Amino acid sequence: MDLSFLNLLGQLPGAVSQGLIWGIMAVGVYLTYKILDMADLTVDGSFCTGGAVCVILILKGQNVLVALLFAFLAGMLAGFVTGVFHISFGISPILAGILTQIGLWSVNLAIMGRANQAINVNNYRLLVSLRYLQEAIKGDKPFYWSPIIVVGLINIVIIAALYWFFGTEMGCGIRATGNNLNMARAQGINTDFNKMLGLMLSNGLVAFSGGILAQYQSFADINMGRGAIVIGLAAVIIGEVIFGKIFKNFALRLLGVVLGAVVYYVVIQTVLWLKLDPNYLKLLTAVVVAVFLAVPHWKEKIANKRQIRKGDAENA
Amino acid sequence: MLEIVNIKKIFNRNTVNENVALNGLSLTISEGEFVTVIGGNGAGKSTMLNAIAGVYSTDGGRIIIDGSDVTPLPEHKRAAFIGRVFQDPMMGTAANMGIEENLALALRRGKKRGLSWGIRASERKEYYRLLEELDLGLEHRLTAKVGLLSGGQRQALTLLMATLKRPKLLLLDEHTAALDPKTAPKVLDITKTIVEKDNLTTLMITHNMRDAIAMGDRLVMLYAGRVVLDIKGEEKKNLTVEKLLHMFSSASGSDEADDKLLLT
Repeated sequence: MDLSFLNLLGQLPGAVSQGLIWGIMAVGVYLTYKILDMADLTVDGSFCTGGAVCVILILKGQNVLVALLFAFLAGMLAGFVTGVFHISFGISPILAGILTQIGLWSVNLAIMGRANQAINVNNYRLLVSLRYLQEAIKGDKPFYWSPIIVVGLINIVIIAALYWFFGTEMGCGIRATGNNLNMARAQGINTDFNKMLGLMLSNGLVAFSGGILAQYQSFADINMGRGAIVIGLAAVIIGEVIFGKIFKNFALRLLGVVLGAVVYYVVIQTVLWLKLDPNYLKLLTAVVVAVFLAVPHWKEKIANKRQIRKGDAENA
Repeated sequence: MLEIVNIKKIFNRNTVNENVALNGLSLTISEGEFVTVIGGNGAGKSTMLNAIAGVYSTDGGRIIIDGSDVTPLPEHKRAAFIGRVFQDPMMGTAANMGIEENLALALRRGKKRGLSWGIRASERKEYYRLLEELDLGLEHRLTAKVGLLSGGQRQALTLLMATLKRPKLLLLDEHTAALDPKTAPKVLDITKTIVEKDNLTTLMITHNMRDAIAMGDRLVMLYAGRVVLDIKGEEKKNLTVEKLLHMFSSASGSDEADDKLLLT
């Protein structure tokens, strides 16, 4: 038992790294789900697009930072397509996202040429890699090679940039758009433009995160984004439930989302350590997210019932 | 200032539910005029206001504000000229954003929104001063979320937002109808003060005949998507509810004025 607990501890750095990587993705989901108030399912496709673009560009000899930049841009393009479906074609946001996601499946295959593209960490200098994590732990490489440090810093930079952006006139316009369309238009805010911008920014981050994950795991795979939206939502919700009471400021809320993703992966790792069949992981995630989404609704119902009972008692 | 020329609006065209809401309505309002608008349910009051604001496109006619034809402009572009307060207190403000953030959004109405700060420190003093004038205690709650305010407070704030950047035209769509009887007069008082202070060209819909008579310097009554009464000057000052009902009956050739709908 002791040894196997050490085993769990040994796996924690990997879980934390993965959580931080998915945290970037979850921040992207936060932008659409919480700020724009639309559930954007494009992310299941754009996450893989980011990984595919990143890996192919690195294989073609591009600098890893250039590859990540293009992954980000590819994600923005995916968001743009969903935006066109929603705004110009009048399709509901959920369906617009699903359509883009389905279309992206073919696009992602076309980018990679096949369902899976590996990238050998021995031949390329990557930004993050599972190998670097192991070497940093062993002491073969300095600590700042560890993905926990690198991705942690990336997260801090992204949160700082978003904190700045959503404090600007343009960012405030996006927040108003998500909050109250009527009010936004009455105040001269171009709500269509803002939705588009939000969708592009969100999917840009999601694809960027996909590019990082592909490097970390040394391959891009056509299935790597499957269910990404649920993991993103799980991170957003876990972040809110655990840190919502203390993290009120916008930057801290975003940090809460990233930490939510980390908690999610640590929990998954623990559940696996408890010898749960990995096949049930997605089911577990779905149930957990459904329950957490239901909590505010249930709370309200119970409060209402109490109120009614109280009223009955007073009238009796 | 505002010229509405022969506008038409038909809902559900070519269906059994076809409804001609505006039937060639024309109205000209000059600079600084405060016009109250009354009419029964379905007379086209709100449709007219929404057509002016560009919430939907019209099926004919033109809308001209201060000499420029705004008919082809979308809602958010027309907002550069227009300040609006809605009937529903939830509609005019962003509930999840702070009071000062809402005001800052309103201050930038009609301006390009770039990457400078969404709210500057220097603005806050001005907001404090303006909110103090409302006398609702909101000046001490600049960062409080608007969702925490009462309906009346939200309407007062929306009024302030609609006029923070002087609009060429102020549109009030039954903005006190959803408020309780105690709050409604207070919001009407604030309306009067703000409109008089800036000499705003105003169009106010109300379903309360007494308010329509007491406020503004011109009264317009709509019926079946057209203007059937237009009373101004001395005649408006000497108006009573009885006179108004009588004038409406003879103008429209209908005794529908006795309808409860008009009086409520």
